[in-house]
Amino acid sequence: MTKPRTLYEKLWDSHVVRYLTDDTALLYVDRHLLHEVSTPQSFVALDKRGCGVHRPLANLAVPDHAIPTRHRDRPIADPQARAQMAKLVENVERYGIPFIPLNDIRQGIVHVMGPEQGFTLPGMTLACGDSHTSTHGAFGTLAFGVGASECGIVMAAQALVQRKSRTMAVRIEGTLSAGVSAKDVALAFIGKVGVNGAAGHAIEYLGPAVSGFSMEARMTLCNMAIEAGARVALVAPDDTTFNWLKGRPMAPEGDLWDQAVSYWRSLPTDEGAVFDREVLLNADEIAPHVTWGTSPEDTIAIDQMVPDPEMIEDEQKRARLKRALTYMGLTASTPIAGTPVDMVFIGSCTNGRLVDLEAAAEIVKGRKVSPNVQALVVPGSGLVKQAAEEKGLDRIFIDAGFEWREAGCSMCVAMNEDRLKPGQRCASTSNRNFEGRQGRGGRTHLLSPAMAAAAAITGTLTDIRKLEAM
Amino acid sequence: MDKFTKLTGVAAPLPIVNVDTDMIIPKDYLKTIQRTGLKKGLFAEMRFNEDGSENPDFVLNKPAYRNAQILVAGDNFGCGSSREHAPWALLDFGIRCVISTSFADIFYNNCFKNGILPITVSPENLEKLLDDASRGSNSTLTIDLETKTISGPDGGTITFDLDDFKRYCLLNGLDDIGLTLEKASSISAFEQQNAAARPWA
Repeated sequence: MTKPRTLYEKLWDSHVVRYLTDDTALLYVDRHLLHEVSTPQSFVALDKRGCGVHRPLANLAVPDHAIPTRHRDRPIADPQARAQMAKLVENVERYGIPFIPLNDIRQGIVHVMGPEQGFTLPGMTLACGDSHTSTHGAFGTLAFGVGASECGIVMAAQALVQRKSRTMAVRIEGTLSAGVSAKDVALAFIGKVGVNGAAGHAIEYLGPAVSGFSMEARMTLCNMAIEAGARVALVAPDDTTFNWLKGRPMAPEGDLWDQAVSYWRSLPTDEGAVFDREVLLNADEIAPHVTWGTSPEDTIAIDQMVPDPEMIEDEQKRARLKRALTYMGLTASTPIAGTPVDMVFIGSCTNGRLVDLEAAAEIVKGRKVSPNVQALVVPGSGLVKQAAEEKGLDRIFIDAGFEWREAGCSMCVAMNEDRLKPGQRCASTSNRNFEGRQGRGGRTHLLSPAMAAAAAITGTLTDIRKLEAM
Repeated sequence: MDKFTKLTGVAAPLPIVNVDTDMIIPKDYLKTIQRTGLKKGLFAEMRFNEDGSENPDFVLNKPAYRNAQILVAGDNFGCGSSREHAPWALLDFGIRCVISTSFADIFYNNCFKNGILPITVSPENLEKLLDDASRGSNSTLTIDLETKTISGPDGGTITFDLDDFKRYCLLNGLDDIGLTLEKASSISAFEQQNAAARPWA
């Protein structure tokens, strides 16, 4: 009898080219996603070594990070972003790498576009020069973020030296209450284990709540795993996964599809497999969440108070919380709800998919954006945008006073003109609230699309459950 | 890549926890197609005021630490984005070694691709090293990768642990691209098997 294995162990074992030490192996990488910001230096390394790209068709490139989200008919105004973009085009042409150009309907954030195209498939390994590559784990894909050097190695050799992670099961029991989404679960989880609570681990999300989640919700959950320190997050592939993928442009077809599905059905964690750690979350107890500070672990339920650093015993942590409170311009022991916001951002690889825009539109419908607020919707891809427009969501947002933009990372990474001014406060569906993340001196509150929509309407951080009753 | 064997240099204290890669190098410096010249972006939002002038209170702007080669920092150093610009900026400034109680995984890996040694120590030893590092121009540490030791200004020695494979690569200045390409025959054998087992992949 073979030893029961976890999903992670099966993915790892099936990609080991050879072991270099007990726990370090050369791991085969099936797929590589590229964007304009993390790869110029990777290509320089390839040029220097004079080696080609090992399997050009295992790669897919798209611009997303530094591109503008409006005036796409004009040349990119920022000369540096324009040069970086031109470099990407030149590099992919030279090495024969498939490329989705800026004005293609398929263009979008790597982690939205990859799954949409069926480039991401269960049972595969996938690397990308972006920490949110954990997103693709929603499909039962061993996907992880790497630096530019490793992007170059993947292109040159289709393999990477990797150390095997420990495993962590995150069981989500119960059912989500009204107004609570995968984003709230993700924030509650990070709050519980801390910003490095899952470091060195590959997470697998399990339990009835996860099985009931849409692919989009699973992607949101896996996306935020890196904010708890986990490079890898996984959800076992099931019928929800297969139905979502079937017919996607790069998914297998016919007999090959059937063969793939029967293989994918063998991937879920075996009965009796042991994880190194287990964490339990009760979905019934999770309220809509919001971050108050400058680390994704600084999460509280929307009906709670801003914490008081003086209550923290650990000196370093107390110092960090004090610094965060000052940076955020908040007062300890006051309610977080009612905090006025200047900006609302709905989008990103965390929450820029159709179901996210639908959740926000449901709140926005028939209401108006507060006059003190600038509100942006940035769809995760051109196809998300198109699908939303077919459903009339663009009209709902525009009529309410939102700006309806073109796809990209936009205010999540703030490398283009979409950014906060010093002191401005933003309710954001993105994934990081670090100091300066959305612009120097900008203050970020992470929350779900529905909660962001509610903040846009009232002009303050608002408990979505109360808005619905209004 | 430069070898890392032994380093004697000034250690600068940065007693902040969760130093993220946005803090190490803000986004504005990522719109480059090169990996050199990034020291101007290192800790830019803490090191420089909004008008571009130096913030005299930031540790790396203080006379004793302007040539620091070692950084002693709070827990979970390098969390956040995978940007390799973070180790490039540290290296460009002259920092070859970072000491903390823990590192974020992607940043940790990126260090080894650039000849930077990240050292993990216990909270007690970090406290001691932060104290050593706060002695201005007397804050010299010696890092010996052969013996896996850190020697302080008072002659005290701390031993640290490091994965044998990573240590071997740093000592010999090997980058993974060379190592990986050496295994080309294993990779093609894997690909042949894989094409039969998972023809859709």
